[in-house]
Amino acid sequence: MDKKTQKRIIIDILLVIALFAGLYVMEKTLPRNSMVFPVLKKGAIYALLAVSMNLLNGFTGLFSLGQAGFMLLGAYTYAILTIPVQSRASVYQYYDGGALTFALPPWLALILAGVVAALFASLIGFAVLRLKSDYLAIATLGFAEIIRAFVQWEAMGPITNGSNVLRKFPYFRSVLVPFAVVGICIFVIVLLLNSSYGRAFKAIRDDEVAAEAMGINLFKHKQMAFVISSFFAGVGGALFAMFNTTVIASTFKSSLTYEILLIVVLGGIGSVSGSVMASFLYVAASEWWLRFLDEPLFIGAFQVPLLKSGFRKVVFSVIIMVVVLFYREGMMGKNELSWEFIKDRLGKLKNKLKNIGKKKVKAEAENE
Amino acid sequence: MSNNVLRLEHATMQFGGVVAVDDLSLNVNKGEIVALIGPNGAGKTTAFNMITGVYQPTNGAIYFNDELIISNRPKGKMKKIYAGGYESHNNKRIVKTPDRITKLGMARTFQNIRLFTNMTVLENVLIAKHMRAKHNVFTATTRIAYSEEKKMREEALALLEMQGMTYLKDEIAGSLPYGIQRRLEIARALATEPEILLLDEPAAGMNPQETNELTDFIAKIKNDYNLTVFMIEHHMDLVMTISDRIYVLDFGKLIAEGTPEEIQNNPRVIEAYLGVSEDA
Repeated sequence: MDKKTQKRIIIDILLVIALFAGLYVMEKTLPRNSMVFPVLKKGAIYALLAVSMNLLNGFTGLFSLGQAGFMLLGAYTYAILTIPVQSRASVYQYYDGGALTFALPPWLALILAGVVAALFASLIGFAVLRLKSDYLAIATLGFAEIIRAFVQWEAMGPITNGSNVLRKFPYFRSVLVPFAVVGICIFVIVLLLNSSYGRAFKAIRDDEVAAEAMGINLFKHKQMAFVISSFFAGVGGALFAMFNTTVIASTFKSSLTYEILLIVVLGGIGSVSGSVMASFLYVAASEWWLRFLDEPLFIGAFQVPLLKSGFRKVVFSVIIMVVVLFYREGMMGKNELSWEFIKDRLGKLKNKLKNIGKKKVKAEAENE
Repeated sequence: MSNNVLRLEHATMQFGGVVAVDDLSLNVNKGEIVALIGPNGAGKTTAFNMITGVYQPTNGAIYFNDELIISNRPKGKMKKIYAGGYESHNNKRIVKTPDRITKLGMARTFQNIRLFTNMTVLENVLIAKHMRAKHNVFTATTRIAYSEEKKMREEALALLEMQGMTYLKDEIAGSLPYGIQRRLEIARALATEPEILLLDEPAAGMNPQETNELTDFIAKIKNDYNLTVFMIEHHMDLVMTISDRIYVLDFGKLIAEGTPEEIQNNPRVIEAYLGVSEDA
């Protein structure tokens, strides 16, 4: 390792420390009910979900729509395993206090949430990973719907509480917890993507036939990407459950998958940093900045038309159409945010400004 | 033990009613450069796809270093509609996926270059090294097996150095000139550490000068890496200069076999390429 990379790593570590210090200060100074905190928490969780989806859709080229299903598995696993024993009677009131008589510590349940999702992924992977593009999307979407119906099944009641809500499980209050967990998870994913295996995933995305001719076992690597992506989707689902403080199957409809997919597309299919930035932007916009679109607005006696409940969704639909039509690369394309990238972009911007300046001078000269 | 690296026995590939390759038997001996030629649509690339496991042949067997790697006989529906010239009855069904065949030591290039166009030249070569590296996903991610990654990089760089492509290592593969992309594809195939190299029209789209360079290049890598080369080619200059033996395919059938001189004077080959004259 040369001095330059060493210096860079130190700067990166300092930036992470600064980020956490900033968050801590914010938490101490800003009022508790500030909109910033839920946005940051949800943004961080969505970032993990988007990155895990990107690992599959953007880096391995497998178009899967099973994200909500794996999130559900993670969320349920976490909730079921951590509800304190003394609260079980009230949560499982229709099922005689439920079947489980123990509770696990949250950190262990969080890991198990990922493991359960990964386990299911490895099982259905055998069946669905032989499919290509659209068919894989349909199969995984189907799986997500089946698993949602399955947990609501009456016979599963003593474990999943049927279609009733699961609650009273431990959750985080500080914004630092989701940031730390998500940070570690994304760090691991980035390490994976930069390893030999990450390269193999990208090779499969670029050209399956060539990848196979280079000795890459397609099924093994696809299965690996699918299982790892699902593991992090499961962890993300557990964090999502903590954020909501309750778990109910109807949260994990396919529209949740599309929400994550929207973030992946906005950020750039094949860019980790793009997904992270897009998820914070998306959550901030939908939960905070664009809230006003859902409420009637009066200017004097004049009511601004169109502004009523549900209009926000319309605006989002228009945004995604515009992105897909004109900015197919999303915010970052396949690039990652790095010092070189920023430098490169700034240089380009400078050149553009210079050119505009030159054109102006030229135009003025011609006018004279 | 015979010294052939690759041997095909009665290999037949039938798509629906079309017999693309019909009863093809051939062998490639160690250290040889063997060419497979024939007019367009003769079934040359299909033969390559059978050998490398992309297609499962309808009938016949393929041996690599005297080890049976692919074998099949007409079965089920194919039994009724089978139109090949030879039908075997005792072949078992053996399927190896292309990645396993590559791992055995058979590397190939493609007729229409298939590089990983979004990746750099170095990364393209590194992907070919992935298969032979001794790490798993855990040790690779956590960088416990970092020495393995380092070794891969060193080997890949050494390979690029030998091909005189070191100065291109950080270029995006898709942005390279055509001739260099061809050479990179061969370099990438060499990175899989093959015993036999299958080249599918390596000189396609090249001008005479580039073709000459390629001729030297193939001869050079054959010596440097102790290779056996089996190639499909249309440029007769190249084929006649460097091949030890030539097989000629026409409409899926083997019509001639022999040294370059024999092939040049073979009336059936001339007929296949030029057609029969009206008054003959």
